[in-house]
Amino acid sequence: MKKKNWIAGVIIQAVIFTAGIAFAGNISINGSTTVLPIAQKVAEAYMKEHPDTAISISGGGSGNGIKAIIDKTTDIANSSRAIKKEESEQAKAKGSNPVEFIVAFDCIVPVVHPSNPLKNLTLDQLKAMYKGEIKNWKEIGGADKPIVVISRDTSSGTYEVWEEKVMKKERVFPRALLQASNGAIVQAVSKNPNAVGYIGLGYMDKSVKMLSANGINGSKETTLNKTYPISRPLYMYTPAQPKGDVKKFLDYMLSSKGQKLVEEEGFIPLK
Amino acid sequence: MKNKRQRTDKSVRIFFFSVALASIAILFMIMIFLFMEGIPIFKKISIYDFIFGKYWYPTSSPPDFGIFPLILASIAVTLVSAAISIPLGVMTAIYLAELAHKRIAELIKPVVELLAALPSVVIGFFGMVIVAPFLQETFGIPTGLNLFNAALMLSFMSVPTICSISEDAIYSVPVALKEGSLALGATHWETLIRVIIPASISGISTAIILGMSRAIGETMVVLMVAGGAAMIPESLFDPVRPMPASIAAEMAEAPFRGDHYYALFATGIVLFLFTMLFNVIADHVVHKYRQTGEASL
Repeated sequence: MKKKNWIAGVIIQAVIFTAGIAFAGNISINGSTTVLPIAQKVAEAYMKEHPDTAISISGGGSGNGIKAIIDKTTDIANSSRAIKKEESEQAKAKGSNPVEFIVAFDCIVPVVHPSNPLKNLTLDQLKAMYKGEIKNWKEIGGADKPIVVISRDTSSGTYEVWEEKVMKKERVFPRALLQASNGAIVQAVSKNPNAVGYIGLGYMDKSVKMLSANGINGSKETTLNKTYPISRPLYMYTPAQPKGDVKKFLDYMLSSKGQKLVEEEGFIPLK
Repeated sequence: MKNKRQRTDKSVRIFFFSVALASIAILFMIMIFLFMEGIPIFKKISIYDFIFGKYWYPTSSPPDFGIFPLILASIAVTLVSAAISIPLGVMTAIYLAELAHKRIAELIKPVVELLAALPSVVIGFFGMVIVAPFLQETFGIPTGLNLFNAALMLSFMSVPTICSISEDAIYSVPVALKEGSLALGATHWETLIRVIIPASISGISTAIILGMSRAIGETMVVLMVAGGAAMIPESLFDPVRPMPASIAAEMAEAPFRGDHYYALFATGIVLFLFTMLFNVIADHVVHKYRQTGEASL
């Protein structure tokens, strides 16, 4: 008897649960893992205000997201790069008409220990350091100390920007230390006078010192006027002009509320 | 009446059997999942190149999936930590079980066991914030996040395991053995070395192997303090990236069912085989050197 009750309970719960999902408005978001934390945060806030909308988000990379737009299998695609010409042609051939929204900017700054006398590094110097060609700070005008290069895990968006803008697609040498988050890099650099690392601008604090790149300081202004070299826009694409729930969500994303969350996640808001 | 009691008996037996079966089934399913998600990488790269490849660049194009530096790092970190934790753990156990006054033992034992209760992230943070700068300044090395630091932190974690299991083993040596030895004129020291330790060697070995398998599988500590450079270590103070650290750092953002994802699961298979090897050895040692009764010494 008891056993039967238990089974009935499970069935009832399952029914309630699935029904709850089925009645709600659905938005599916797919694509870049760099944009993922922004989408996640904004989606959570949005769902709190609109409990009848369910948003499902998955990663998978910019390429996968844009492919989903081409195949019209997702409502919104996150991407850390602009759509390529071949991709938009493919989309048109399949009857989809991708619409682009810039939702935030990524700005990555090189950081060193506060005791380090350097103020600026060129992109070429940074690249040589991360390739293991410059091994001592004195080669670039610092003290006679070995350079400890700290990098991010290769699947992070931060690493992706660094690889694209600084390394120009060449490999970071294997001796580079790896930290799994921006916070961990700050922690490691602040404890080591020999270290150099890179973080999203939003994670800067007083325990580390920011260096300018090619003489330009990373900031909201230099990112938005596109003079700072280690930055990029982050995109969301829809397969057609957005309507209904999708439009409401994107409007929320671009509103001051959404952009505030973007800033909280360590990215540069649009304004 | 009798019928009812038999039925109760039977249902209790079935209940416990299904509980036991459930845990085995879950373990088995996790194993199948691990292999299913890991094996596809070997369509892209041979097992030999995967295990003995020297470069780990999973996201560059073309990617390199060589985990040899990661395997070496895991082995190196485990061995160095064993070199620190085995003497510490076993000697503490001997002291606690045989030499210490009862009151002191009652004080020290909970403290050692409390060390086991420290979350690994706390130990990792300690290693990162306190030990790493200390190593940098004391030894004048470029970075304190290295093999030695990781091994030291891991031994903090395996000492309690090694100590408490060895202590139980030493403690459960029959008193008659000890008294016999003393009655024959052996000193306390001779009794300890010639009788008590040989009699408990199976338990002590199990303790050591379990401690080491804890060290090789530990993730958080090595992720935080080992440095994470995917290169073959040449010195004790080189940064390294053991297998669990690589999996933990990269798994979250590896594209689902992409090559990188499969390669990380395949790394998990290698790690699983290592820990299984440790368990098989432990099991073997227990059976081979088991002290049965008092007459088999």
